Amino acid sequence: MNAGPQPQSPWQAATIARIEKRTPRVTSFWFRPSRPFTHLAGQHVDIRLTAPDGYQARRSYSIASAPEAGAGIELAIERLDDGEVSPFFHDVAEVGDEIELRGPLGGHFIWEASEGGPILLVGGGSGVVPLMAMVRHRTLQKSAAPVALVFSARVWDEVIFRDELIDLDDRRDGFEFVLTLTREQARRPADSSRRVDARMMVQAMERLPKAPRLAYVCGSNAFVSAAAEALIEAGVPAGLIRTERYGV
Amino acid sequence: MVTRGFFSGRRPPSDTDERIPPGQYLEQGFPVLSAGPTPRVRSEDWSFTLKHGPKPVKKWNWAEFNALPQSKMTRDIHCVTAWTKFNTPWQGVLIDDIFADAGIEPPTAFTLALSFDGYSTNVPTADLVTGKAMVALLYEGKPITPDHGGPARLLVPHLYFWKSAKWVNGLQFTERDEPGFWELRGYHMYGDPWREQRYSSDP
Ligand SMILES: Cc1cc2nc3c(=O)[nH]c(=O)nc-3n(C[C@H](O)[C@H](O)[C@H](O)COP(=O)(O)OP(=O)(O)OC[C@H]3O[C@@H](n4cnc5c(N)ncnc54)[C@H](O)[C@@H]3O)c2cc1C
Repeated sequence: MNAGPQPQSPWQAATIARIEKRTPRVTSFWFRPSRPFTHLAGQHVDIRLTAPDGYQARRSYSIASAPEAGAGIELAIERLDDGEVSPFFHDVAEVGDEIELRGPLGGHFIWEASEGGPILLVGGGSGVVPLMAMVRHRTLQKSAAPVALVFSARVWDEVIFRDELIDLDDRRDGFEFVLTLTREQARRPADSSRRVDARMMVQAMERLPKAPRLAYVCGSNAFVSAAAEALIEAGVPAGLIRTERYGV
Repeated sequence: MVTRGFFSGRRPPSDTDERIPPGQYLEQGFPVLSAGPTPRVRSEDWSFTLKHGPKPVKKWNWAEFNALPQSKMTRDIHCVTAWTKFNTPWQGVLIDDIFADAGIEPPTAFTLALSFDGYSTNVPTADLVTGKAMVALLYEGKPITPDHGGPARLLVPHLYFWKSAKWVNGLQFTERDEPGFWELRGYHMYGDPWREQRYSSDP
């Protein structure tokens, strides 16, 4: 639980090993760190870009890959058109480039399969990224912990990791994928087409065998506030809710 | 290490350079970060307790606390997630004035700030006194909103902003430097932005 940043997590060079477009606005980048790197599901890295005159820009990105995945660290970065760092990744970064990163970081927004469930995950947009690491970790550990993921996206084509999540949902092995689209009609029968609310949280919890031990909420600040309030209204004690806010 | 192809146009104006600690960027907005949901603390339920170890020294309710001498502070603040915001205007009660009202000289060198949501953070007592820190009640002249820590938050502007505990409801003198919530989770015991003391492994 209290792993925190490892004592040896200085800046290191990592090579971009693979790039794959996930949705029109989100692209995944796999980084191969130059030094050993072991993370826990839910943690993030800090990335630092340096201009020729020494100017640096630094941002945090959650890790999407499971700790045991092995093929490098996957970051899924959403493009903000007027942003500084995310457009660099979308427009400039190429396979083979070296990028400085530091991590793993974060000692609170973490779930290990050995801790068990049930767990309720609630993600908005790119806020699904650390939750995806938890879901993948559960799968690779062959954990039977009941986990429900409520994922709010604007439209069907912006559902990051969509096919993978639907595949996992179809296994019926204790993972429940609850999708809601805020700007389009739902496509799957059990999905919703509205913003997250208390009723949606109640419905998600009905798909778990008992009340969740912990709830994890991640996304923009506005999303996290709304989702955390919906959880509290649905009866989840505030002390069981962990949040990760992507700032603004 | 220079990053291939990175030529950002977004540099801070050069006259502000020396106000931005290493690794930070200038932010115009006011991002929100916290470990859990935003507690809604009504002022009628609010209180502030000064403790020496487990022993309460003095407790104030909202009206009593607001009757303490109020001071203003406009400061640059630095969040560990790398944003810096200039000239944030706060008003509240200096920690010096809280200690004076309790009639106490700080008995130990270490303090834990405690919050309604169970959050805590450690700050050396010396970093709270001589006008360095306050319990803030107003931001930009208005009550602090719940997501920014209202009704009252600690303000220790010279340290990374997680030390400025939101929804603060007390200060506790401790014999040793005891880690708080984020410090137990890998963040730095002191958190000086000018020395980039973000994580426990930083010198
Ligand atoms: C723990 C953590 C994990 C995160 N994980 C992820 C993740 O997995 N995936 C992900 O995509 N993001 C993630 N983020 C968010 C990420 O760190 C960046 O904030 C995000 O990529 C935007 O950075 P940027 O440099 O592109 O945009 P910024 O330059 O930071 O701008 C952000 C927005 O602010 C506005 N803005 C700010 N300053 C200016 C200015 N001077 N001029 C114009 N506009 C401005 C822009 O409108 C822009 O849309 C995470 C954040 C945190 C804290």
